[in-house]
Amino acid sequence: MRFLLDDEQREFARSLDAMLTAAGTPSVLRAWAAGDRGPGRALWGRLADAGVFALAVPEAYGGLGPLPVELAVACVELGRHAVPGPVAETLAAGVLLSGAGGPAAEEWLPRIASGGAVVSLRLAGHGPYALDADAADAVFTVDGDELRIAPGPGEPSASADPARRLFRPEAGGAVAAAGPGVRGAARAAGDLAGFATAALALGCGEELLRATVAYVKQRTQFGVPVGSFQAVKHRLADTLIGLEFARPLLYGAAVELAGGTAGAGAAVAAAKAAAGEAAYAAARTALQSHGAVGYTEELDLAWWLRRARPLRDAWGTPSACRARVLAG
Amino acid sequence: MDLAHTARTEALRSEARGWLREHVPARPLPSLETEEGFAAHRKWEALLHTGRWSAVSWPEEYGGRGADLFGWLAFEEEYWAAGAPGRVSQNGISLLAPTLLAHGTAEQRARVLPPMASGEEIWAQAWSEPEAGSDLAALRSRAVRTDGGWLLSGQKTWSSRAAFADRAFGIFRTDPGASKPHHGLTYLMFGLSEPGVTVRPIGRLDGKPAFAEIFLDEVFVPDGDVIGEPGQGWRIAMSATGDERGLTLRSPGRFLAAADRLKDLWRRTGDPADTALRDRVADAVIGARAYQLFTAASASRFAAGASLGPESSLNKVFWSGYDIALHETALDLLGPDAELADTAWAEGYVFALAGPVYAGTNEIQRDIIAERLLGLPKGRH
Repeated sequence: MRFLLDDEQREFARSLDAMLTAAGTPSVLRAWAAGDRGPGRALWGRLADAGVFALAVPEAYGGLGPLPVELAVACVELGRHAVPGPVAETLAAGVLLSGAGGPAAEEWLPRIASGGAVVSLRLAGHGPYALDADAADAVFTVDGDELRIAPGPGEPSASADPARRLFRPEAGGAVAAAGPGVRGAARAAGDLAGFATAALALGCGEELLRATVAYVKQRTQFGVPVGSFQAVKHRLADTLIGLEFARPLLYGAAVELAGGTAGAGAAVAAAKAAAGEAAYAAARTALQSHGAVGYTEELDLAWWLRRARPLRDAWGTPSACRARVLAG
Repeated sequence: MDLAHTARTEALRSEARGWLREHVPARPLPSLETEEGFAAHRKWEALLHTGRWSAVSWPEEYGGRGADLFGWLAFEEEYWAAGAPGRVSQNGISLLAPTLLAHGTAEQRARVLPPMASGEEIWAQAWSEPEAGSDLAALRSRAVRTDGGWLLSGQKTWSSRAAFADRAFGIFRTDPGASKPHHGLTYLMFGLSEPGVTVRPIGRLDGKPAFAEIFLDEVFVPDGDVIGEPGQGWRIAMSATGDERGLTLRSPGRFLAAADRLKDLWRRTGDPADTALRDRVADAVIGARAYQLFTAASASRFAAGASLGPESSLNKVFWSGYDIALHETALDLLGPDAELADTAWAEGYVFALAGPVYAGTNEIQRDIIAERLLGLPKGRH
């Protein structure tokens, strides 16, 4: 047993972190929220160059995957930097299309792997919305055993996170694949989306905690840093515990996905529930520990604060995940 | 990154499973916090020892199997899954023995470890004092130099199962003039029936009598029962509470087995419409797996040569809170039977309630996490 990331995986995380730090995601997020997708698409291009979107696409279609451990490593970093766009959806489409096969797989998978396509997704049983469908080159929908390409993004609704927009894709569209294989592929894609979202949530929570620790060390009240008060310290300690015990569930699920074990779906659900709850708890802690300024848009922190709860609920609410864990 | 065990670990697991299937008592033993139960658990330790299962991680020469951490974790999973009795020798095996293996002499190891493994000598810890709880370094009990050894005087308290145990270990002040409170302390072992020792049982919250305070009046301890150098007691005690101790204090196997039993209870008695309770059962299952995997990651780092240090505080706060939540969920599933005192769930609940208090309160652990892992300013206000 060696339940640790290897040197190469850690280096992959470091290089993504360095690239995203240099890119400065808050300005990309502001543009994305204002409807300017240019900086976001440029950033996605660089992530694709680093190999991120190839991780869920099989080699036969020009990808590197499936590599669930590396995929978790990447999504934690993307979550840490709050990268905008349908990340989990595009990665899950890799699993959906490779499972469904046929011409749609031939057409779209190489484009996903190379970063040429941003894709959104709506799967039956996972709610009515496709994230950022207007920014996507294709929106795939699955109902029953039919996989379709939506004819248009449909009507948008504002999200609690201004850098996310939710669309109800237009009904109909060309059938891209059909049959029982589609149903299985959609199930696997739903698991992968939940897995990727768990990793994004973990990264989001890590950044919320990091920013909060930095803040309470320099914010002074009553003549001392507020981070020296036990009431503050203990809440931050509990936040760290939540994140540190979600992390092994995420990588445990990665090992099960890689091995194709029967329990992989339940393992993903456990990771999703734990990471989603831990990230949301980190957001509550961050807001409380920043005080009034945390309740404003003045700090970049707001991008992470508003994202934690949507990530907790997307692709498997905690309650749905808990039911799945018990179903085995 | 993988979770596969070596063939050696799997062989140990399968041998343990076979032995436990043959030997675990069909009916639970009486509570080990009572005189009758203590004696029954001592016999169980002797039986475990005949199969060489009482201390699998020790070297073979002392009655162990030389198992590495992964072997120990696998054994523990089998042990608790088999419904085997609680370990009355836990304090000696998980606290004193690692200290002796790291800091003791060959003579001490050869003399102390075999009877500990067989249950002939059961050890109690003697750390806390009436005025030294969380602030352990404030302890006042002293050891004064005499011919060939030391004379212990003072009072120790909250000593689990000391009412029935044979011997105890703890730290004592040997240099009252030392510049700092945690200097001038010495780690010593002593017999609980030596002249000058008075053990007074203290009823626990559930009325069981094994908890005790220990009064010491010039109790003679020979030099051979000092562990490490005099004056180094704090460092030696802390090394035993750090690293491996963080991993071995409560094994994941214990919680995996308890979560399985909870899931069974929920399947048999739970109301499917009660999704709030269902979510708590799921959290117990998720938490057990999280703790198992967290421990696998820590053990992997440890095996790769890393030192764990303050990370063990994350571990302790997690499992102690988890244990209570799990038992509360079970009691809620039991409905009117939750009030019954002598069920396994009720006993487990009372045991769990102590978790956030002992082995360093969770408040102290959170201070450690905040200051040493998050880098927040020192201080307690």
